[in-house]
Amino acid sequence: MRTTTPKEDFTRGIWRENPVFLQMLGLCPALAVTNTVENAIAMGLATFFVLFCSSLLVSSCKSFIPHEVRISTYILIIATFVTLADMVLEAVVPEVHKELGAFIALIVVNCMILGRQEAFASKKPVGRSLLDATGTGIGFLIAMLMMGGFREVLGMGTFLGFELFGPSYEPWVVMILPAGGFLTLGFIMLGFGYYEQRKIAKAKEMSDVEGRVTS
Amino acid sequence: MSDQSLFTIFLSAAVINNFTLAMFLGLCPFMGVSARVETAVRMGMANIFVLLITSICAWGLNTFVLEQAPFLRVISFIIVIASLVQIVEMAIKKLSPTLFRQLGIYLPLITTNCAILGLAMFQTSRNYDFLQGIAFALGAGAGLTLALVLMASIRETSELSDIPAMAKGTGLVLIIAGSLSLAFMGFAGLLSGS
Repeated sequence: MRTTTPKEDFTRGIWRENPVFLQMLGLCPALAVTNTVENAIAMGLATFFVLFCSSLLVSSCKSFIPHEVRISTYILIIATFVTLADMVLEAVVPEVHKELGAFIALIVVNCMILGRQEAFASKKPVGRSLLDATGTGIGFLIAMLMMGGFREVLGMGTFLGFELFGPSYEPWVVMILPAGGFLTLGFIMLGFGYYEQRKIAKAKEMSDVEGRVTS
Repeated sequence: MSDQSLFTIFLSAAVINNFTLAMFLGLCPFMGVSARVETAVRMGMANIFVLLITSICAWGLNTFVLEQAPFLRVISFIIVIASLVQIVEMAIKKLSPTLFRQLGIYLPLITTNCAILGLAMFQTSRNYDFLQGIAFALGAGAGLTLALVLMASIRETSELSDIPAMAKGTGLVLIIAGSLSLAFMGFAGLLSGS
């Protein structure tokens, strides 16, 4: 396994290995609750909290957890923090809690969180795991914000509830419907695909030019 | 207790609020194993099976255990469901090797699928009784299978067509899913008229 610097641990999850866009993990919440920016932020923060705390606990207890039952142990730890997050959200922002409903409980089965525990926190020291968790959490938050931003601005003409375009704007209702979630993510993925293709084409052009110069 | 009829619950879970296309539950298998129709059908069958077990477990837990401690809901659901699926898997392996080979590795994988926990949570929040829970589970399973098989058929057909390089892979799957989801919205008025 390639060794990484602490800085890489932190930055990798934010963009280059973004959990939603590039690893396709945690898609369910990214599509289901991003119809408004407010919900997206609440979900992103709750997931961030759960990821951070579980990474902390898993990587500090890793020497006590028997190898055979590690997955169930991780799920138990994650479920505990999800219950905490659920209670806190219910107490602090009851309206948002109602909107998100069962999807808060579903953070437990967000494969991104379990994936980070298995791939990183169970092998690395506490500090590095926390950096990794913070990076991945921020990456998830960015993805949620992008999705939520697109969908709320196009679907309702508002951002966090503020009117953006004035009364003559005709909202694209489809964007806040379930289909809009798939389409938004689909178009973002197309954008990534286009960027990749351009990069490959450019690299090829460069090597072609170099080939001609040397021959 | 909810007073919806069993048929309404079944139909609503299967097509109107389709688990995959309208509620975004169970997206991982939807993206992962939807390349072949045959695997999609098997995955769907395994899903229906686990959903049924989940529904019965969740009902039992809600009725007999969790009244005193509702805050333990998430933890107990996931533990009980995961261990029961494991036990059932062992039993099937012993009793019917053919069935075991058909469901294969999907059974344990499905346990950590959000559709399963989602079913348990929605069933709880809507106060379904035992039979309603079973109708809900069957409907949800039928809906998941339908979405999986539809997706797999489209992907099999489009395999040989000329797709722009940038759309290869997830981008295309998501756009197809979006169109399917739009089509399923057509079912929305199905029960509200009566």
